[in-house]
Amino acid sequence: MFLDFFYLLREQGLPVGTGEWLAFERALASGLEGGKLDGFYHLGRALLVKSEGHYDLYDVAFARFFHGFGLPAEITEALRRWLEQPAEIRSEALPTLINPEDLREQFRRLLEEQKERHDGGNRWIGTKGASPFGQQGQNPQGMRVGEQGGGRSAILEAEARQFQNYRTDVKLDVRHFKTALKTLRKLDREGPEVLQLDPTIQKTARNAGEIELVFAPDRKNAIKLLLLMDAGGSMDPYSELVSRLFSASHAVQHFKQLEHYYFHNCVYSRIYKDIAQRTGVLTKDMLRELPSDFRVVFVGDACMAPWELTAGSDFSLGYGATPMTGIDWLRSIRKHFRDAIWLNPEPRRYWNHPTISQIGAVIPMYELTLDGLKQAMRRLRIGRRDLR
Amino acid sequence: MITDENGELPTFTGTDEYIVSESLVSAVNAAVVLQRPLLVKGEPGTGKTLLAEAIAQGLGLPLLSWHIKSTTRAQDGLYHYDVVQRLNDSRFNDRDVSDIRRYIKMGVLGQAFSAQSRVVVLIDEVDKADLEFPNDLLHELDRMRFRIHELDEEVVARHRPIVIITSNAEKELPDAFLRRCVFHYISFPDKTLMARIVKVHHPHLESQMLDAAIERFYWLRGMNDLKKKPSTSELIDWLAVLARGGVSPDDIARRLPFPGTLLKVEDDHELLGKKLERRFN
Repeated sequence: MFLDFFYLLREQGLPVGTGEWLAFERALASGLEGGKLDGFYHLGRALLVKSEGHYDLYDVAFARFFHGFGLPAEITEALRRWLEQPAEIRSEALPTLINPEDLREQFRRLLEEQKERHDGGNRWIGTKGASPFGQQGQNPQGMRVGEQGGGRSAILEAEARQFQNYRTDVKLDVRHFKTALKTLRKLDREGPEVLQLDPTIQKTARNAGEIELVFAPDRKNAIKLLLLMDAGGSMDPYSELVSRLFSASHAVQHFKQLEHYYFHNCVYSRIYKDIAQRTGVLTKDMLRELPSDFRVVFVGDACMAPWELTAGSDFSLGYGATPMTGIDWLRSIRKHFRDAIWLNPEPRRYWNHPTISQIGAVIPMYELTLDGLKQAMRRLRIGRRDLR
Repeated sequence: MITDENGELPTFTGTDEYIVSESLVSAVNAAVVLQRPLLVKGEPGTGKTLLAEAIAQGLGLPLLSWHIKSTTRAQDGLYHYDVVQRLNDSRFNDRDVSDIRRYIKMGVLGQAFSAQSRVVVLIDEVDKADLEFPNDLLHELDRMRFRIHELDEEVVARHRPIVIITSNAEKELPDAFLRRCVFHYISFPDKTLMARIVKVHHPHLESQMLDAAIERFYWLRGMNDLKKKPSTSELIDWLAVLARGGVSPDDIARRLPFPGTLLKVEDDHELLGKKLERRFN
């Protein structure tokens, strides 16, 4: 039952699995939704959605599934127009409960038969009646038509999309960055040996009270991170976002080693320590200096004129330099280090830009949103070489 | 499915002091019926911790609370074997150390599992602990049982407790953990719900006064650059102060008396000062 709804949720990008769905079906079987669409809405949200960041996805899917009900758009439009002015009529008799499929079918049939406006009554589509169709009606199994609900209906609630601001694919602050970065870790025992209290006590107890001391190095995060950030002009709208990522990565004090450099549009033979791009080092030297066990995070919009990426001249070294193109530099960075990903603040829908896809083919690209960041960190942690 | 003595599903509808929204009721009852932990998130001051108390009160069950700190480990909630005490006792020979049971102390989950009747367990601020903490509890919360290795015994819950977990979203919770939970995000109450909540605490307040105060409160919360937005408990305190101070509804609408009860950060006071000045000049 309602399996279409499940797939619609998944289609919307809500990470809902079979386990949750089965739990939901069990809950429906025990009648927890109380025979009301409102109950269905709340119950589904409690069991299928696991983050307030995904509430909005659920609302969108719910509204789509229950609002449209697969009706031709122009009829809904016409209905909505005359449903907008309800009449003050009440009706007593309520028909018995109907299952949604029948309801939908009956609605279609009625739509074909009905040619005029109805308020009250218990059969036709209209306002304030006991018919299962229309607005402000009293049939608990009914279907509301149009946007303006009388009471607080579930569909209305879903359509209001009050959780839009909580979406994880839009909002990012320093703390979000910190949490995402913290997931990037690989614990290794290293450093000076320290007294381990718990094993010491255990060993001593096993030894019947003869003190035996246990030493071992503490566990520390072994991950080294290299941040390479685009400070070019087209990145200006995102400078605030990038600076948040920058401050978060320093504030977590989580990595064994953290290095950062800036570049302009694309990495060429020179790379910079500061945003103003005054203190530069040779990219070659950076590659020589940093051991290959660094993980690299590029941040940039990857949008540039195609020749900036593929022309065989070097803009920062002047005449006579080795003709290595931007994409060549990216390839050599990718090759040198253990793993690299690219975070792009441009929304994914604009990613058909030629240089974005070219760069994306070399370095796996993720959206600079909470979800994208999480996926990127996961990829860096697992370190799978090829996901493409 | 768990039923009470009368064979009926116990349902939670809130208590006299704790007003709940329809969606929260739905989430609580789903958690009770499906016997899954209920994970509650929300802004500070929306009553996440109080919910567990209200559920315990509403269903007439005892409440066991486990407040999580940054150093808390999953093991702490199960049991603790006090080796040091035992070692110490053995050295000075002042107690019988042969019985290991005397040195095994149950944690909150341990107590809940071995309780004679069903209890409500509150795991408060689960995100304070290490990232792996929730994963370490997965098995125990799922199966409602754990092993005491020192005794080679298994503790199995006689009555599956109702588990309420709160989180301030300081850390992301692992997916495997989330999959097993019923989730609810307590959003900040709207004006109507807020009026009901306030009336519980100030039953004798004139409605005119209440309306004016709530209007002002939401106006204040609407200021986006506030460092710390006032929450429900601050509104309740503020109303108490207003009532004592003999302030009229007009005063509330015209200026903002006793802002110190609502705003706790110095910068916010400055901001408010500027806003009010601009508004009335």
